[in-house]
Amino acid sequence: MSTQTPVLSVRGLEKTFAVGGMFSRGRVRALGGVDLDIAPGEIVALVGESGSGKSTLARCLARLEQPSGGTFLFEGKDILKTEPRRASRAYRSAVQMIFQDPFGSLNPVHRVGHFLERPLQLHDAVSGRGELERAKRRLMEKVDLPAELLGRYPHELSGGQRQRIAIARALAVNPRLILADEPTSMLDVSVRIGVLNLMRSLCEQQGISMLYITHDLASARYLADRIVVMFAGEFVEGGEAMALLADPQHPYTRLLISAVPDPRRRGGFDPVERARLRHEVLHPTSCPFQGRSDTRCSADEPVFHRVSDAPEHWVRCGLYAPPSDAPGTALELPNTSEESPAA
Amino acid sequence: MSAPLLEIEDLSVEYVTDARTVRAVDRVSFSVGEGEVFGLAGESGCGKSTIANAILRLLRDPAVIAGGSIRFRDTDVLSLNADQLRAFRWRQVAMVFQSAMNSLNPVMTIGDQIADIYTTHDNVSKKDALRRAADLLDLVGIPHDRLRSYPHQLSGGMRQRVVIAMATALRPPLLIMDEPTTALDVVVQQEIMAQIKDLQRELGFAILFITHDMSLMVELSDRMAVMYAGRFVETASALTIFEQPRHPYTSALMNAFPPMSGPRTRLRGLGEGIRFHDIPDLVSVGQGHWVAPTPGEASMPEVIR
Repeated sequence: MSTQTPVLSVRGLEKTFAVGGMFSRGRVRALGGVDLDIAPGEIVALVGESGSGKSTLARCLARLEQPSGGTFLFEGKDILKTEPRRASRAYRSAVQMIFQDPFGSLNPVHRVGHFLERPLQLHDAVSGRGELERAKRRLMEKVDLPAELLGRYPHELSGGQRQRIAIARALAVNPRLILADEPTSMLDVSVRIGVLNLMRSLCEQQGISMLYITHDLASARYLADRIVVMFAGEFVEGGEAMALLADPQHPYTRLLISAVPDPRRRGGFDPVERARLRHEVLHPTSCPFQGRSDTRCSADEPVFHRVSDAPEHWVRCGLYAPPSDAPGTALELPNTSEESPAA
Repeated sequence: MSAPLLEIEDLSVEYVTDARTVRAVDRVSFSVGEGEVFGLAGESGCGKSTIANAILRLLRDPAVIAGGSIRFRDTDVLSLNADQLRAFRWRQVAMVFQSAMNSLNPVMTIGDQIADIYTTHDNVSKKDALRRAADLLDLVGIPHDRLRSYPHQLSGGMRQRVVIAMATALRPPLLIMDEPTTALDVVVQQEIMAQIKDLQRELGFAILFITHDMSLMVELSDRMAVMYAGRFVETASALTIFEQPRHPYTSALMNAFPPMSGPRTRLRGLGEGIRFHDIPDLVSVGQGHWVAPTPGEASMPEVIR
């Protein structure tokens, strides 16, 4: 646990979507009341499959979605109270988002310079033509791109260069928190590490905090200080990155780890073990912490067990599965019974 | 060793424009045995997909096959005429593309699309074709009622399963898979890979597997080749490449993905300072292990760490 005041402090954040037609009462709980603190300069990785609610959390924090319940404090301010309808300009410049698709997030009819000019002008970061030019060049330098690219159009840039422009655009307004939603998953291998390194050094040098959303545990391990694992809209395990991956407790975390390709494991991961882990996630039967003095959990109020305090590591009680009304994760494909047809 | 299923010799592919000619694939030779999984690794733009398209003769202007030969069993692929080509594709060699959404027709049901294969290639009745389509879905563990679904009603993983099932529909001896799981989630990716392995055990086809993910490739392939700028830089059994990579680019590509074990060290991406020019022909350095010599091999700078 950090002793610093967190930049962001999320408490019981919920988001429910209505599904079906206008008169349908169908509800999907995408976010089931999550708590999260991010310290200044800290990188927290949020890991889970598609549909686990990672992006919904980021979109709620970016105020692109209105949460259904819960609160979050940003730099000590209860944002949903002080700015209930829409986010203030100050908040929107302090919290920036980087999206997955660098091809979709840059308008093709504008030159690169435009993407950096707009935030600088909108948020009154600079005054005067000369200063604007200097600010743009400084931003390009920060993301290791040559200033000549300012005159180019997005289609003239590679995927990695585009993602760097998206990062430069986020940096233009001096953010304190960056929400990065799978920023490298669409990039080629040859540039992925470069973008990860860039994000790391920006956080280190400028004290920016980051919520790094990914399904790639290996990159989370490489980049993040802490990792939080999300399943079906709930956090199931979290803690200091290396400690968590060295000793994963929750079956879902283990399932995710087993899905990372590992050349040392010839012939793929054991299907029987995979089926067992899946079953454990959906129909939990036991909890390794049962019977210990700190285990007073119930289905109404599931608690997190502390695996260790330093380094920090906690896990959701294994006796209670997250609610099954969460949107489709890969675990809920109708064909879960066919595990090993060759067996 | 029995006669190879696919044998490619000195294949070169050029993209010819008025301004200049780019050699995308440069004097590449390799073979794939019956039932073997051969991996082709490299970053985007290195020419791996161009090879796949050349094998199926899918190259269009401005790409031209500038030299070399492609033999499939007793067939000279480069001399097939349009009719022979139609019979060759899918029945002999089928392809699974990266994006499952784009390889399925959004306005046709899954059942109709699969049935189409049988009515076109096997001249069977629609009813028979639909029955066989249902059998095919069985193979990849998708319930029959999905025959009436449209592609958008399936999840990404299911769509890719359908595409893989379709590729195996005519029991081709060779499947080309071009980044079959790149757009998918990790857990789904693992499931699909396991499925491919199972299908392969059951049906016995060979796979030419293309990806930039070295760990995935080493896990799945028997033999593999690493490609850089249209040239092979190293080829060997997957295990050999993983345990004793000889070419600096091979190690660099392997280290382009952060590892899941060991200490956390700062990695350098492929973009930072790794460039090779005029890659020479491969030389043998061991049992089935071929490497392109690098200038001043002893003084090669440590690529990573």
